[in-house]
Amino acid sequence: MDSKVKKRQLQQYIGFGILGACALFVVIILFIILYDIAVKGISTISWSFLSEPPRAGMTEGGILPAIIGTFFVTIITAVFSVPIGVGAAIYLSEYAQEGWLTRWIRASIRNLAGVPSIVYGLFGVALFVNTMSLGASILSAGLTLGLLTLPWIITTAEEAFQTVPKAYREGSLALGATPWQTIRRNVLPYAFPGILTGAILGISRAAGETAPILFTGVAFFLPQLPGSLTDQFMALPYHLYIMSTQHHAIEAVRPLAYGTALVLIILVFLLNLTAIILRYRLRKKYVR
Amino acid sequence: MTSTAKVETKNLNLYYGPNHVLHDVSVQILPNKVTALIGPSGCGKSTLLRCFNRLNDLIVNTKIDGEVLLDGKNIYGNGMDVVDIRRRVGLIFQKPNPFPKSIYDNVTFGLKINGIREKKRIAETVEKSLNDTGLWEEVKDRLNTSALELSGGQQQRLCIARALAIEPEVILMDEPTSALDPAATFKIEELVSQLKKKYTIIIVTHNMQQAGRVSDYTGFLYLGKLIEFGKTNDIFTRPKEKLTENYISGRFG
Amino acid sequence: MKLRHLTDTFFRYLFLVAGVSAIGILFSIFIMLAINGLQTFADVSIAQFILSAQWNPSAFGEPSYGILALVASTFMVTVGAMIIAVPLGIGTAAYISEIAPSYIRETLKPVVEILAGIPSVVVGFFGIVFLGPLIADMFNLTSGLNALNGSILLAVMALPTIVSVSEDALRSVPKEFKEASYALGVNRWLTLIKITLPAASSGIVAAVMLGVGRAIGETMTVLMATGNALQMPGSFFDSVRTMTANIAIELGEVPFGTTHYYGLFAVGLVLFLMSLAVNITSEHFTKKYRWTRK
Repeated sequence: MDSKVKKRQLQQYIGFGILGACALFVVIILFIILYDIAVKGISTISWSFLSEPPRAGMTEGGILPAIIGTFFVTIITAVFSVPIGVGAAIYLSEYAQEGWLTRWIRASIRNLAGVPSIVYGLFGVALFVNTMSLGASILSAGLTLGLLTLPWIITTAEEAFQTVPKAYREGSLALGATPWQTIRRNVLPYAFPGILTGAILGISRAAGETAPILFTGVAFFLPQLPGSLTDQFMALPYHLYIMSTQHHAIEAVRPLAYGTALVLIILVFLLNLTAIILRYRLRKKYVR
Repeated sequence: MTSTAKVETKNLNLYYGPNHVLHDVSVQILPNKVTALIGPSGCGKSTLLRCFNRLNDLIVNTKIDGEVLLDGKNIYGNGMDVVDIRRRVGLIFQKPNPFPKSIYDNVTFGLKINGIREKKRIAETVEKSLNDTGLWEEVKDRLNTSALELSGGQQQRLCIARALAIEPEVILMDEPTSALDPAATFKIEELVSQLKKKYTIIIVTHNMQQAGRVSDYTGFLYLGKLIEFGKTNDIFTRPKEKLTENYISGRFG
Repeated sequence: MKLRHLTDTFFRYLFLVAGVSAIGILFSIFIMLAINGLQTFADVSIAQFILSAQWNPSAFGEPSYGILALVASTFMVTVGAMIIAVPLGIGTAAYISEIAPSYIRETLKPVVEILAGIPSVVVGFFGIVFLGPLIADMFNLTSGLNALNGSILLAVMALPTIVSVSEDALRSVPKEFKEASYALGVNRWLTLIKITLPAASSGIVAAVMLGVGRAIGETMTVLMATGNALQMPGSFFDSVRTMTANIAIELGEVPFGTTHYYGLFAVGLVLFLMSLAVNITSEHFTKKYRWTRK
């Protein structure tokens, strides 16, 4: 009896140890990735790296056009996906009744979230670049990324709507407000922090995507910044891709690639951090 | 029978999906009276109350047949404007639900959504509604602070003021004091007695003393059926039905 | 008065359209892939497409469009990734939800979120500069860009999904189950193994399926880390080219409207259907565990 208990205890000890090791291992993976890129990338980053275009066949200079290209394509993504996404979320959260249509919409959103990003790229090529004749452009790429981000925006926005108490809606309706008045005055303002957080997180993911923009508008190297929506553009993730695989002097430009990777990671983290801080601040402001 | 009833239901049945919640309820609510609906929890009294301003419409799979008449017109009839009905029939919720806005914005919410913009009229209405609920003196210096900073009783009176601001004809109250302490409850009850001069009031309560104190008429519901309806005094002293008597004397509930 | 009813109706339909657009987009993707992809079969037999391991569209004289090697490569790196990510992910999820004290839990969750937030191109870059050389060194290979490298990176990419969805499933196991087990004198480890994990199993399967979906559909990491050789993979030390990588490599250089162009859409169509199948399977299991939740 006693030895059985002891054996069980030992078993638990080992079991918990293994599970703890799993978790520790995940932490180590993250640490190694971040450490390797941070340590090797930090020496490349300087003001001129951030503020200058690439020079000398992209073996020198900075990444300014890539930063700006990513910035603009991300804005197009947001302008396209946030209104539609929030609209769809309002429909699902405030209007939809259980039925075949709602089930189909929800199933579609879940499946869209699982469609590979390269397939969005193919779709963007077929629809925006060719069928709609937008060409390979910052607009085509932004729209493609917008489609990719849409399911995420819908899901997070709907969650934000669900956190608004039912009493705010009923109270407003009981005063003779129409559903739309209720949503605009008594639901949207309180869901706003959550929607914003979700939108920024979704957009930070879009900013790091490469596959969807590969053929819809991103360019290897451009001497000047995009001047219109139909121009091609450079983007940070794609720049990292070519600097690490397609460049004629890969080993020589490795420091530049490390620097680009670090900037990309920092950008994504800053966006995430912004989302978290906004959520915290706006929550304090709106929901006391 | 020609009715002088303000609100009336005729053979009202309500189903939530497969559940038959209200059975053939027919009741007449007289104007400028307080009518209490009592009964054990789950008897359908709150559901019945929400039929009077069609707030049950929000619940999925709700099916209603029979009629609910407001001034003789079926509010479930074709061409009736739900939004207008809800403006005419105010509802005070069980748990005070001020919006997380300023006191002022809470009171003016109904005005604004009804398209009233004149500053002077709005200011007058705010003062009047808050006065009518006895809140004015308590909050007049802090109209721009959040309504959530008020005490529970004040919040509930604010919700009543919010409803009064759009000048309803009928005020529905769904256990309005169940979340309040005795002092706050007393104030609300006093308020109810005053408000009936101008409004028709229907109050759902699980508290029989309260029903006895504030109401002129009482309806007793049990398992979705209106068992008995009459003058409050009669119901409490000479109930006709055995069930009513059992409930009133506290043998179940 | 009437105006706000019109406004209300207008917005109601506007939001309905936004909601329905999700269905529209999914179907448009499918139709666009099908319209373009199926034109491949004007030139190529379906049997060749599915059964041949030769993908050589630019071959002189007789181009060939067989996706077997691509599918096998995708399959291989995905399986490899799951061999690593499934035990690691479930173990981590179990640790977070059942064992970790709250301060560790609150540290681990952001770790998983940050891992999920690293762009795939950065993970691919890590595969080139760090993992590749490491693998080459360890196994005495000339290049570390192979299926093993891709599998490890895909495991990293799939881990956050597997961890967070499994954790959700584990936490949704009713407390009563565990308490009943403790009351019988069973210790925490055996309760976890015999009660909690089995009770959460359908949710965990859903998590794994979502992880598989991520691995199948991931492009940049495999494109950068697996070497992209067009061949039937023999071992994890072989260079492989997945379906996603193949599209990424070739779409840029094919002329619009050629069989090769359509062929890439056909590969995309297969990929789309695979991800759909994986998703639907996952959903099936999710539904099961949501049922047990109450």
